[in-house]
Amino acid sequence: MLDMVSYSDWILHALLWLPLAGLAHVLWTPAEHAKTVAFRWSLLVFVLSIGLWWAYDPAVGQGGFQLESTRPWIAAWGVSYSLGLDGISLFMVMLTTFTAPLAILGSFNYIKNRQKAFYALMLLFQTGVVGVFLATDLLLFYVFFELTLVPMYFIIGVWGGERRIYAAIKFFLFTAVGSLLMLVAILYLHQRAETLLGAATFSYADLLRLPLTLKEQLWLFGAFALAFSIKVPIFPFHTWLPDAHVEAPTPGSVVLAAILLKMGTYGFLRFLLPLFPAASQHPTVVAVMLTLGVIGIIYAALVAAVQPDAKKLVAYTSVAHMGFVVIGIFALTTNGLQGGLFVMISHGISTGALFLLLGMLYERRHTRLIEDFGGLGRVAPMLATAFVITGLASIGLPGTSGFVGEFLALLGTFETHPLVAIFATTGVVFAAYYMLPMLQRIFFNELDKEENVAVEDLSRREIVILAPLIALMIVIGVYPAPFLERMEPSVQALLERVEQSPNSVLRLGVDELGLGVSAAPVIIPDESNGFPVMGEMGDGPPRGLMAVR
Amino acid sequence: MTMHLDFSSQGHYLIALLPELVLSAWAMVVLVAGVSKRMHTSPDRVTDLGWLSLLGILVAALANGWLYGVTEVGSSAMVAVDGFRLYANWILLTAAGMSVMVSIGYVEKQKLQAGEFYGLLLLSTVGMMFMVSARDLIVIFLGLEVMSIAVYAMTAMNRRDRKSAEAGLKYFLLGAFSTGFFLYGIALTYGAAGSTNIAAIAAAIGDGSAHTGLLGFGVALLAIGFAFKVSAVPFHMWTPDVYEGAPTPVTAFMSAGVKAAAFVAFLRVFSIAFDGVYAQWWAIIWWLAVLSMVGANLIALVQVNVKRMLAYSSIAHAGYLLLAIVSNNGTATAGLLFYLFVYTFMNIGALAIVMTVGGQAERNQRIDDYAGLGWRQPMLGIFMTIFLLSLAGFPGTGGFIGKIFLLQGAMDANLVYLSTILVLTTVLSYWYYLRVAWFMWMCEAPDADAHVGLAVPVPLRLALIVGVAVVLYTGIFPGSALELAQAAAESLTSGGFLLLGAL
Repeated sequence: MLDMVSYSDWILHALLWLPLAGLAHVLWTPAEHAKTVAFRWSLLVFVLSIGLWWAYDPAVGQGGFQLESTRPWIAAWGVSYSLGLDGISLFMVMLTTFTAPLAILGSFNYIKNRQKAFYALMLLFQTGVVGVFLATDLLLFYVFFELTLVPMYFIIGVWGGERRIYAAIKFFLFTAVGSLLMLVAILYLHQRAETLLGAATFSYADLLRLPLTLKEQLWLFGAFALAFSIKVPIFPFHTWLPDAHVEAPTPGSVVLAAILLKMGTYGFLRFLLPLFPAASQHPTVVAVMLTLGVIGIIYAALVAAVQPDAKKLVAYTSVAHMGFVVIGIFALTTNGLQGGLFVMISHGISTGALFLLLGMLYERRHTRLIEDFGGLGRVAPMLATAFVITGLASIGLPGTSGFVGEFLALLGTFETHPLVAIFATTGVVFAAYYMLPMLQRIFFNELDKEENVAVEDLSRREIVILAPLIALMIVIGVYPAPFLERMEPSVQALLERVEQSPNSVLRLGVDELGLGVSAAPVIIPDESNGFPVMGEMGDGPPRGLMAVR
Repeated sequence: MTMHLDFSSQGHYLIALLPELVLSAWAMVVLVAGVSKRMHTSPDRVTDLGWLSLLGILVAALANGWLYGVTEVGSSAMVAVDGFRLYANWILLTAAGMSVMVSIGYVEKQKLQAGEFYGLLLLSTVGMMFMVSARDLIVIFLGLEVMSIAVYAMTAMNRRDRKSAEAGLKYFLLGAFSTGFFLYGIALTYGAAGSTNIAAIAAAIGDGSAHTGLLGFGVALLAIGFAFKVSAVPFHMWTPDVYEGAPTPVTAFMSAGVKAAAFVAFLRVFSIAFDGVYAQWWAIIWWLAVLSMVGANLIALVQVNVKRMLAYSSIAHAGYLLLAIVSNNGTATAGLLFYLFVYTFMNIGALAIVMTVGGQAERNQRIDDYAGLGWRQPMLGIFMTIFLLSLAGFPGTGGFIGKIFLLQGAMDANLVYLSTILVLTTVLSYWYYLRVAWFMWMCEAPDADAHVGLAVPVPLRLALIVGVAVVLYTGIFPGSALELAQAAAESLTSGGFLLLGAL
């Protein structure tokens, strides 16, 4: 009886809904036990998720979805509750389930009032994020994508710092602008599917088969890219991030940095490239994205270097790291994509750990200003060691997780865009320029302030939080092979789809015709309603050529 | 056995209008009961009148359900018996029922004349039901007047409140003005098409016998008349003052019921009677929609009074719903019905909480009066948050499904720009809906006894629970409500097709 329902049948649903069960349990628990209950539930989810590592088999299915299950949700519109896991989402899901219990454990001392509501929102957030990474139906994905906003809005707004309300509303509105335009794009795809495929569907697999003209692809790419770029965030959409990170309570910053930002880059990999391959390869688009990525890397590093506030400094490093992800992705090479994915993982671990460490410093000294510290290495050697290792992993020292990702991303970029790679590489130098002085000023200068003398070293709970993170940073950095081999088939499949799907024929065709790659999208006003609309379709993939000419 | 109505005898109208007749008779009973038993002296009796009205609404709902077993022959009678009307009736009866439930505590506390209040509420519902069932402009007009006059009186019902009287007068004057437009529109349309019957107008337009110039003016004037009633910008001037000044339960009733009835009649007239001249009128509605969405959402941003903010939000929602009229297709029609259904629950729910925070009176309506409400009264806070998220169209709520529905209709009609404007203005609306949430949860209460011991009357509590349940259920499992709306929308157009076939 038991073997009839195997692990691979229920695990995705369990990962998605168990946090909600935990939420209900938290609400039924007295406030003083809320944190342990929430921690146990998130730990349970993590323990269950470990099995995914083996349940997902990179050797079968050419990198497609595994553990898939589909049930109709809103049948009249063809919306289905369908989940699946591939070599990209595997890491995102595990990163989420791994970070969540640590973030909850890290908030035990920080969150003092309204604990029930806080832990309930953390669990709700976890459900939303796991849903984003598992959904294989676009409307379902959108629902979870938006659902994550509400708990984060309240986490920042209720438990945050002084300017928490400003930060919360800015975070909410910024990300909402992008995602609502994406909703229009999703509905447009749905409408085209109804016309061209003859079926109402939001299913990812079906929409991949949808023939789209280059013009349509560029518009839709714009809508999706805006949503994800704000989430990532890519320069110049990053201004919400420092506010949100700085004002959020420690656990909020941890999940923001470690998980929430990944929803954007995950969206690039999962939806943007495969759905709109011709637009993704369009030289102008690639140039814009790579440029923004490089600007993000260099600009954020320079801004980070002058921050007096350590938390803000770390917040800006996120923008820089995400720049590496973006150039890795839009280099459109296997190395680049793998590197981008790897930076996502290592940034999740190292920046999550940095925010936890800053939270620990804040609990001890109630300040985040770098100049208030100094010489902490003498009074808190374990804290200093942990911080230094994490900081070095964050800037990509060889032997740590950060190195593998950035190296691969740069390598992959160099293969197609050497100049971009050269500029981006300076970012690694700038990273040392912001991180090392901070480490020095906090831990190694003179112990010249009285308040710092009494700083305690790590408690046992804090060691339990940091040990797995630091271990992972080093293990991944030294032996990345198991990670790479699990992501490779899916990344390969993604690349093939971008280069060889019927929708990418457009650009290749243009090249063959010798029209050059400068063919800009032509926006033909359509008079059907008196207003320009996105464009008409013919009835086969290569017809898009006409639209280009 | 299904009953067939061909309207060959007058008796068939009695059957077709059964819910309306039941409710009219019940309204008389409530009125008489209100004066005969000295209801105003005993609070219990006042409450009983409320429950009595609710019972009447339930009986009318049963009659409405029974009508599903009745089929009409042809579709040119003055009264329609189609799924479209019956679904609209559900919305109106729900709006009336929810309004009665949230009124009971308020009417008692404010010592309003209960018999008149509930009697007028039921009569006004009858007017609305006539509007949605009518296939004749004259019947729509009669329904409109029955509805409006009753609502004017209800708006001015609180004689101890100056704002209520002011709102009543304003509503009456502007309403009378708009009625003039409406009536003139009917007259011109009659002049052009030779009939006030919707089917006959459609036929006259179809075979080219209608006078184009006259018809154009008629359509434009009717559009203005409807735009007044659904409060679309720039015909919305009365809305904020009336919504703010009227007793809050009346605001709740107006914002849900009046709007629903006007929109349903609007859609029937424009998509059936004037379908042939779509090319002439779509741009008018397109602009009304844009102005309503942009204007109302912008003005709502700066409101400090929650009730007034909800008034502007209601204008913005009129803008979203106008998308359905411009789209002029089955999906959009179904979307309109579904949206109005959900809107009834979320808007009445939100106003019921405004009422509760105000202590069943017109107090504490400023947004900073909500500071700390969430932590002092968690259930009220959570409910209000859910209603606001639904009004904002957030996933997981019925408001989201409704918005998607409207957007799908617009996509089918290739209205990509209008859809984009809708979502961008939705972002504006996030600001003012979330602002209430931030005061409730992120600000501390001004003093120790704020929000302590708020009375939540049992019927109002019931309405809140029903409201939240429906908003969440239609957001998470929208399937059945959605399919019902689609079937209702199909019945509207299939009737139209039958007619064309017959001619």
